[in-house]
Amino acid sequence: MGEKLLMKGNEVIAEAALRAGCRHYFGYPITPQTEVAHYMAKKMEQIGGVFVQAESEVAAINMVYGAASAGVRAMTSSSSPGISLKQEGISYSAGAELPMVIIDIVRCGPGLGGILPAQCDYFQMVKGGGHGDYNLTVLAPCSVQEMYEVVVGAFNIADRYRTPVVVMGDGYLGQMMEAVEFRDEEPIAKIDKSSWAACGHKMEREHNTITSIYIEADVLEAHNNKLQAKYREIEKNETRVEEFNCEGADVIVTAYGTVARIVKNVIKDAEKEGIKVGLIRPITLWPFPSESYAKYADKVKGFLCVEMSTGQMVEDVRLAVNGRNTVDFYGRTGGNVPSQSAILEEVRKIAAKKK
Amino acid sequence: MQQVILAGFGGQGILSMGKFIAYSGLEEGKNVSWLPSYGPEMRGGTANCNVIVAEEEVGSPIISKASALIVMNQPSLEKFEDYVEEGGVIILDSSLVPVMPKRKDVKVFAIPATTKAYEFGNATFAGIILLGKLIEETKIVAPENFEKALYKILPPKKHGLIPAEMEALKFGAEF
Amino acid sequence: MAIVFQKPHGLTDKAFHYCPGCTHGIIHRLVAEVLDELGIEGDTVGVSPVGCTYNNYEYFNCDMVQAAHGRAPAVATGLKRSLPGKTVFTYQGDGDLAAIGTAEIVHAATRGEKITTVFVNNAIYGMTSGQMAPTTLVGQTTTTTPFGRKPELHGYPVRVCELLSTLEGAVFVERVAVNNVQNIKKAKAAIKKAFQVQQAGLGFGIVEILSICPTNWGMSPAKSLEWLEQNMMEHYPLGNFKGKDLEV
Repeated sequence: MGEKLLMKGNEVIAEAALRAGCRHYFGYPITPQTEVAHYMAKKMEQIGGVFVQAESEVAAINMVYGAASAGVRAMTSSSSPGISLKQEGISYSAGAELPMVIIDIVRCGPGLGGILPAQCDYFQMVKGGGHGDYNLTVLAPCSVQEMYEVVVGAFNIADRYRTPVVVMGDGYLGQMMEAVEFRDEEPIAKIDKSSWAACGHKMEREHNTITSIYIEADVLEAHNNKLQAKYREIEKNETRVEEFNCEGADVIVTAYGTVARIVKNVIKDAEKEGIKVGLIRPITLWPFPSESYAKYADKVKGFLCVEMSTGQMVEDVRLAVNGRNTVDFYGRTGGNVPSQSAILEEVRKIAAKKK
Repeated sequence: MQQVILAGFGGQGILSMGKFIAYSGLEEGKNVSWLPSYGPEMRGGTANCNVIVAEEEVGSPIISKASALIVMNQPSLEKFEDYVEEGGVIILDSSLVPVMPKRKDVKVFAIPATTKAYEFGNATFAGIILLGKLIEETKIVAPENFEKALYKILPPKKHGLIPAEMEALKFGAEF
Repeated sequence: MAIVFQKPHGLTDKAFHYCPGCTHGIIHRLVAEVLDELGIEGDTVGVSPVGCTYNNYEYFNCDMVQAAHGRAPAVATGLKRSLPGKTVFTYQGDGDLAAIGTAEIVHAATRGEKITTVFVNNAIYGMTSGQMAPTTLVGQTTTTTPFGRKPELHGYPVRVCELLSTLEGAVFVERVAVNNVQNIKKAKAAIKKAFQVQQAGLGFGIVEILSICPTNWGMSPAKSLEWLEQNMMEHYPLGNFKGKDLEV
């Protein structure tokens, strides 16, 4: 490990990708993630990598599609309205089983919305904003250090399963500076892509094809079944969650990203009032760590889900709790952030319930 | 744990002042976070940042109760005055903030930093002067770590300025 | 016995699915012959579009990538930037290239991407059953211009070669046709030159090929060729717009 550096989340995304061996970046400017592109533009030219400022979000994701088809580590980054535009390419990439990393630094919507932080992209990333039956692996860090960890990990997951992986953070995570410590060497998964990549067969093998179209019903269904089997593997191997203070908790609050850190402050405040609060922080939003909720469903007075949205992840929390307990929701939108005091007030209400 | 809100107009160096403190905290081996407001204006408009320097892990990077507030314009004082915890510190640039805080339960330091910075021959020192008082009052970081941080962050061509900046810091501390 | 004619190696053994009289088969063959003659089949990646030729990855023997509708030039950009030593081409129709994919083709040309685009203009959407294309001629009847294309309602047909030849990044621009043997030979020469321009690293190249769609035009193949000569060639003059004298 090297020395601790103070860096913005967005810069760390770019640095982590470079350290993970990504030499192909394609993007389009949008606040609040532009520092990723700035960093990439400079570094790629210095090290002989590829940086293309595309004519549109649509083109950018399709350039990633092309680069990933060639077998290289490729990525793009954007923010919510830009991600909406990319959804076509994301669906095709899932269908064509292309490994790639997509960064979404979320801002508030709908429509042009605003540029302030939000978590309103949960549905479009976790539930699939594009057409078809597919899942993206969605990683949600809560600090700049964790941003580094998950971006490096994202490339490995993408290559290992031939699947698009999303790293999603609210605008604050992109803009915030914190200390980050880089490893001297990254744990890069060495995956041979030559069996499927379209990179020129040199007259030494049959020609490879990258495609997402299967016109015959049975062939497409078989392809879908194959994708689903892959998703079950990802669920089994890649689900990640932080459970904090949950044993013996009166109330469990669940949140991801920056909001989870606000909840950690609430835990201290509540303790002063004699309320024991636990935190379940999904690090993978898909696969969703349902078991963590099921485990405590009969032990707590209730769950509270807090988001910078009108309630998106809460649907998955309710599915996980499966009617065995109450799941309340508190959210703020428009770039507003749930305050410690407001969350504490919600916690008090649940704690006051008779068990 | 020290939680500082710095606020003023864009272009006054508010975000850089926050970075100086965050870097100094890092030099000191503490946990730090620096969270900027970000808006559509590249210049002008309002700017603020939240800086936390802590022995323990930094929880929320968003400050709900500030131990100190530095303001360099009137609207920022009005917006953030109530964030300061009881017994906390408000440091303001009285060259730019004509109306004093309403709060009576906090320590207020009014320093004509912009005017004094001109006397130092460098208008950009206003922020450093205010940071001098912050460091003196809250002990958020040690002045020597502040100096080390300056050498790290500033490009070498600006290192010649650092001794004068440290003078400005000392001036602020003693004001 | 001497072999005097055979299928180019650049084509697979898979039988084309195209309608009787369709000229895609000829154009596929021309591209494959060029791959053979330049000896680049093993070092080429093609990009299939959305449209009648969506699955021409089954016909070309080089590595192939199927792209979303109109996005082939962006996909080709990603491929070429990842495989700078390889030859990358897109094969696109008029709906794919000149309607939904206008931004992608214009900007790939603007950037001077070192790729080659084979652009098939038959003045109609084929696969979706004969709707108006951006290249549909004024007065031409389609399923979405049942009373003929009217400029006041539907605007005018776009001339892609003329448009792209204004861009510095587009270094080779030529319009050809596959209506007779002589023109087919010229078409092949243009495709070959465009690939060579790419290999020389000179910039973006496009060959627009005037083609027929007997099925959706509602004519016999012979009548379709006549219609192409009498109507399309007037609006879309054949010839080289750029790069004729490039040394390759």
